[in-house]
Amino acid sequence: MLHTVNKSSFERNSLQSCLNIIDDTSVILLIEDGVISAANNANSSMLAELATQGRVYALQGDVEARGISSKVADNIKLVDYAGFVDLVVEHGTAVSWV
Amino acid sequence: MAIKKFMYLNRKASYGTVYAIESLEVVLIAAAFEQDVSLAFVDDGVYQIVEGQNTDGIGMKNFSKTYHALGDYDINKLYVSAESLEERGLTEADLMPLVYEDEDDDWAEKPSIKVVSNADLTKIMSEQDVCLSF
Repeated sequence: MLHTVNKSSFERNSLQSCLNIIDDTSVILLIEDGVISAANNANSSMLAELATQGRVYALQGDVEARGISSKVADNIKLVDYAGFVDLVVEHGTAVSWV
Repeated sequence: MAIKKFMYLNRKASYGTVYAIESLEVVLIAAAFEQDVSLAFVDDGVYQIVEGQNTDGIGMKNFSKTYHALGDYDINKLYVSAESLEERGLTEADLMPLVYEDEDDDWAEKPSIKVVSNADLTKIMSEQDVCLSF
């Protein structure tokens, strides 16, 4: 499954709620204010662990809009909108943690 | 018209919600009425003034340039929470170099941004007549 998170983890607990529930094969795509959680210091240990497994993505346009490209953890993969579509196709059911 | 002290408290990042740009609009209105305006950037609000924002990829207007115009409206008190920066792995060097020209000092260019502790913010906030939160 694909899980999208669009809220900053400093503002809401939607990322944590998602992390508490997802299974071992799911991937997370951080979008909108959710990309703030992709910045090194904003990472939870659970998200960092998923990132080392290559299961965390962030939408590049949202990262660049917030001027935090240089802060994103190395193992979080950046995708554009076409990449977003590919993730949806690849992982089937998408869950939006709004 | 009596001049009042207005503080605008900015707590959310730009683009994800409409708060940041709406705050900026209201700040400029207060400036037009020649009020004593200060801005506080706290929590994710600090992302509003991070240098190098590029919105090409999301099809939204990059209004971060507007913060550079604040100095021309005599808005030169921009307080940034040191604690909020640190929590996010940011430093003052990550912020836009916002400046104003000081008319009492031969129009010398001076920085508008002041990184302050939350304790300092408490004090600054208590001195305001009006505090608007975004």
